[in-house]
Amino acid sequence: MPETLEVNEVTATSLSYAEAVNSALARALDEVPNTLLYGEDVGRPGGVFGVTRGLQRRFGDRVFDTPISESAILGSAVGASMLGMRPIVELMWVDFSLVALDQIVNQLANVRYINRGRLSAPVTIRTQQGMAPGACAQHSQSLEALFLHVPGLRVCMPRTAQDAYDLLLAAVYSEDPVLVIENRSLYHAGKQDVTVGGPVQPIGGSRVRRTGGDVTIVTWGSITERSLAAADVLAGLGVGAEVIETVWLNPFDTESVLESVRRTGRLLVVHEANVTGGFGAEVVARVLEMGVALQAPPVRLGVEDLRIPSAPSLAEHLAPGVQDIVGAVERLVGR
Amino acid sequence: MAGSEQAVSDLHAMARLRAFEERVLELWVEKLVVGSVHLDIGQEAIPVGVASVLRPEDALFATYRGHGYALAVGTPAEALFAELLGRATGINGGRGGSAYLSAPDYGFYGENSIVGAGAPIACGAALAGRYDGSGRVAVTVFGDGAMNQGSVHEAMNFASAMRLPVVFICVNNGWSELTPIADMVADPELHKRAAAYAMPGRRIDGNDPAVVRAAMSEAVELARSGQGPALIEAVTQRLVGHYIGDAEVYRRPGELDQAKAREPLVVLGERLAAAGIEPQPIIDRAREEIEEAAAAALAAPLASPETAKEHVYA
Repeated sequence: MPETLEVNEVTATSLSYAEAVNSALARALDEVPNTLLYGEDVGRPGGVFGVTRGLQRRFGDRVFDTPISESAILGSAVGASMLGMRPIVELMWVDFSLVALDQIVNQLANVRYINRGRLSAPVTIRTQQGMAPGACAQHSQSLEALFLHVPGLRVCMPRTAQDAYDLLLAAVYSEDPVLVIENRSLYHAGKQDVTVGGPVQPIGGSRVRRTGGDVTIVTWGSITERSLAAADVLAGLGVGAEVIETVWLNPFDTESVLESVRRTGRLLVVHEANVTGGFGAEVVARVLEMGVALQAPPVRLGVEDLRIPSAPSLAEHLAPGVQDIVGAVERLVGR
Repeated sequence: MAGSEQAVSDLHAMARLRAFEERVLELWVEKLVVGSVHLDIGQEAIPVGVASVLRPEDALFATYRGHGYALAVGTPAEALFAELLGRATGINGGRGGSAYLSAPDYGFYGENSIVGAGAPIACGAALAGRYDGSGRVAVTVFGDGAMNQGSVHEAMNFASAMRLPVVFICVNNGWSELTPIADMVADPELHKRAAAYAMPGRRIDGNDPAVVRAAMSEAVELARSGQGPALIEAVTQRLVGHYIGDAEVYRRPGELDQAKAREPLVVLGERLAAAGIEPQPIIDRAREEIEEAAAAALAAPLASPETAKEHVYA
């Protein structure tokens, strides 16, 4: 981990998710001299979602725009990191990562291993994903499971503005390559209290967002908000749902999940990704393999194995809603 | 270096590469080297010419046909043999093998088993040099087949648009793996593509290390002085199959005989002989050095299975 060059002032402030990302990027560029920030439209335009606004003005040629060439963006990040830089690159949509998949899977994730640590590739890839009204089938996917199948690559999915700030900094300071999957529906969804300037956290860990004794809901990404809303509804029905937001998917905080499920005896996993091959299956498998005694079979909720249509009326009921989550928990507890 | 002295040095360097590859073939037949192995026999003038221009701060990227590039930059032959043999003393401890080895301590940032993938990575090495003050030039070597990969086009545009110090070297041996490159492109003069990226591009005789060195020096000088990338198409011939075991059913009658008459060791050997320098002792000396390295590598223990899980993460 690079040494922090200056002592930061810890400040409580109010930021949108996008501003929190921007603030973390500014701090990384300020503190870590070998960071670079680049990608399509991230420099002068400040990003299509405005997340990197003002950073080129402040940090000059360490923040720059690139051609629309995802292989070149990721490949150059691999090469620059092998030679001592810490590139932070943006893939505008996670769907575009598929154009750069060779550089991520065959190249980036292999550098440390093949070179036995003599070289490493501390690249941070920022991207965003998820369904939003009117997005087409190539701009709606939740692809985290693809990357969780790739040893050597860390993956996180911040949802709160605080995590957007903390996880991104942890990623930049990590010696491993990290994929940070943000969510565009969160970028400008209002201000939240955020503490900036605190110590950089190590990668890993999860967040218990709500405690409860009857069921464990493991969830990540923006759909966590529906899980939390469902837990509110369930509380009114006398069912205590514990909601664990696993903001880091690699490394995954299996221990916290096991500890909770041992207590509640019931497990529901909720994600926005498709069910088949989704990481929910892995969470269920890990719990079952540990022989945790369950009072009901575990349940996965996600988007059915479908393509995602554009029209809001077609798409809006495909992802699990609050009522779907409530219903799944009711069945789990035998109501 | 005086002309004849340089020629002797080049012949020795090329003979080392040739002897290395021929010894690898024997080890493969003996089943001591296993898996997919791509020999660079017949193309030795290019790694030798390229490496002779590089400085310690430069970064070289090659393909799976890359043993010679690792050797040419100074990686000990013993560590390379050991790598192919899966020994603990291998340059990557047995993790890279024949087709994905690297030697960053010698400026060799690696082979690559994905066609064309090294080109964008080289752009990054050059990019790093823009900030670290090293004056680094990055060199990426790939085959004619890679000229049809999107990643190579992306890299050429990226390097040119950003004026990065990258030298793109296309080793054109006429065969895009098992298929004639001429059948896979509308215009087989691959160097012309440089014009589309507003960079210098030229086709050279890839069988003469002096010609390769001259073209490389010019391109490296341009790159180092901030004038951006260049493309060199070095025409040569592969005297062996795409991989060991390739039946080469695609060869035209007489093709190999013609190729053997103009291959780099023969050409330079004849030139030295004409100048009164006997080439055979130079070649024999290289062969002995390589044989010693192979013997030392064979004496090393196999890589320990306990190390297989190390270094996945920091």
